[in-house]
Amino acid sequence: MNSQTAFANALLDPELPCPGGLTTWNGSDPATRFAVYRNNVMVSLIDALADTYPVVQELVGEEFFRAMARVFAQANPPRSRVMAYYGHDFADFLAAFPPATSVPYLADVARLEMARVRAYHAADVPPIQPETLQVALTKPEQLMSLRLVLHPSVQVIASPFAIFSLWAAHQGVLCISSVDPEQAQTALVFRDALDVDTLEITVGISKFVRALQSGLTLFDAAGAASSADPEFDLSHALAMLLRLQLISHLTTTDEYHEHTH
Amino acid sequence: MPNRFNSPTQALGAAADTLPTRAGVGLKPEHYQEILATQPNIGFFEVHAENYMVPGGPFHHYLTRIRERYALSIHGVGLSIGADASLDIEHLNALAALLARYQPQSFSEHLAWSTHGPAFLNDLLPLPYNTATLQRVCDHIDQVQSHLGRRMLLENPATYVEFAASTWDEGAFLTEVVRRAGCGLLLDVNNVHVSSVNHGRDAHATIRSMPLAQVGEIHLAGFAQQLDANGDLLLIDSHGAPVAQAVWDLYAFTLGLTGPVATLLERDNDIPAWPVLLAEANVADRQLWELRQRDERPAKVLDASQQIQNVSTVTHEVAA
Repeated sequence: MNSQTAFANALLDPELPCPGGLTTWNGSDPATRFAVYRNNVMVSLIDALADTYPVVQELVGEEFFRAMARVFAQANPPRSRVMAYYGHDFADFLAAFPPATSVPYLADVARLEMARVRAYHAADVPPIQPETLQVALTKPEQLMSLRLVLHPSVQVIASPFAIFSLWAAHQGVLCISSVDPEQAQTALVFRDALDVDTLEITVGISKFVRALQSGLTLFDAAGAASSADPEFDLSHALAMLLRLQLISHLTTTDEYHEHTH
Repeated sequence: MPNRFNSPTQALGAAADTLPTRAGVGLKPEHYQEILATQPNIGFFEVHAENYMVPGGPFHHYLTRIRERYALSIHGVGLSIGADASLDIEHLNALAALLARYQPQSFSEHLAWSTHGPAFLNDLLPLPYNTATLQRVCDHIDQVQSHLGRRMLLENPATYVEFAASTWDEGAFLTEVVRRAGCGLLLDVNNVHVSSVNHGRDAHATIRSMPLAQVGEIHLAGFAQQLDANGDLLLIDSHGAPVAQAVWDLYAFTLGLTGPVATLLERDNDIPAWPVLLAEANVADRQLWELRQRDERPAKVLDASQQIQNVSTVTHEVAA
């Protein structure tokens, strides 16, 4: 084992002894000084998770959150030098973390918070030009065979719990006592100019958005949404996407998949 | 082997476009809007490269607008130049794209490592100074400069331990890296102070042992303090406090040797309101202004520092 392997392993595992080969000018125990590195690494990772997951932290309390984040960080150090998305898999960890099972909606709230981070940093793509859309609307039959490419920040987070209301209550826009966590909710996350926005959406709209993102034509996406939700109203859904400026362009080809295979 | 980056005047893009010899501040998202609204009179801004390796959104929106008005330094924290593994080509490509997009006046990285296997450890970790690590660091810098097509600055670290395997002192090691790889030095004066206290060294002698003729930027920051196992002071490079008086004194001493150099106020934790950081930067800016009034660069003193470097190189060769 080379020296950096020993150093790195001991940084992440506090049970391991201080690595060998370290010296100090005054003959003091190098373990105390090595602990500074160990602490720097762990605190920076826990702080990164706390930045990304403020509502998860509020739901369980700071002390519990930091202890939980430490367990996660020790087992899951970053795999990327870009720290913005560190802990993108924190929700899966939370779902399987026994001490957190008393808060069953924690993992889905975490998914919502990570979606907000992704939306914040998503690529900048301008919305469709109104003229382009007007031309398409004059030929409704062609329109239905088109694919709608949505803004890269758009994400749908569905949960058997009231994740939107729980999240909103922690933004001070809803009173937490009015929230029934057992109510299923679906949230739409997207960026509006420079701000990330989060809305509660119906099952039909969530199926519609996901179908569009999977590359289905407008006709097929509307069909998928209607069969999941008899209340689904295509013109209402399109109006919402247009009003929020989430349609980037129209295309006859499946752009979501053409570059990925 | 001749290195095409050996002379600063030959460095691609460096001669025509360098950071002004003024004070700059680390750019934080908390301050984007106030900076654009008030357009403070400041020399440059510096950002951490990895924070901007995201597709779009507010970070790029604001940095683009700030870059239109100010000089920029891009400072990497994730390249892991001191790692005993190969550099990550994907990361080098991401850096190249970022530099192409923002055309910064300076690019710098650290004499440290931060990755191991697939893990990124998110800290600047120390390495022993010996012939093997010297070769590796020089090879990596050569690769970085070739890949990016520009000269880079390498920053001296703040460290808490030393290695039995070290055979060079830090100043001689950095002098040799700069000489062989043809990079410049980002002299972090706070790191010199922190490491000097932590390892019982003379900070002024350490400054003198650095390759001062190749300093392209200075960093100033605050530290935290604790005690080691013997009860001796152990300083932590926290970037979470104002610059200490001892570091301001060492900075003045350093400027006396180098002449005016672009100087960054780093603050990454407990970030204060923008006017507080600006006021701290103005303390450095005033000293730089006074120096510029006196002389562009004190040539005689530089000669002296070069002589000291030559002596330290010779001393090392005799010792080796």
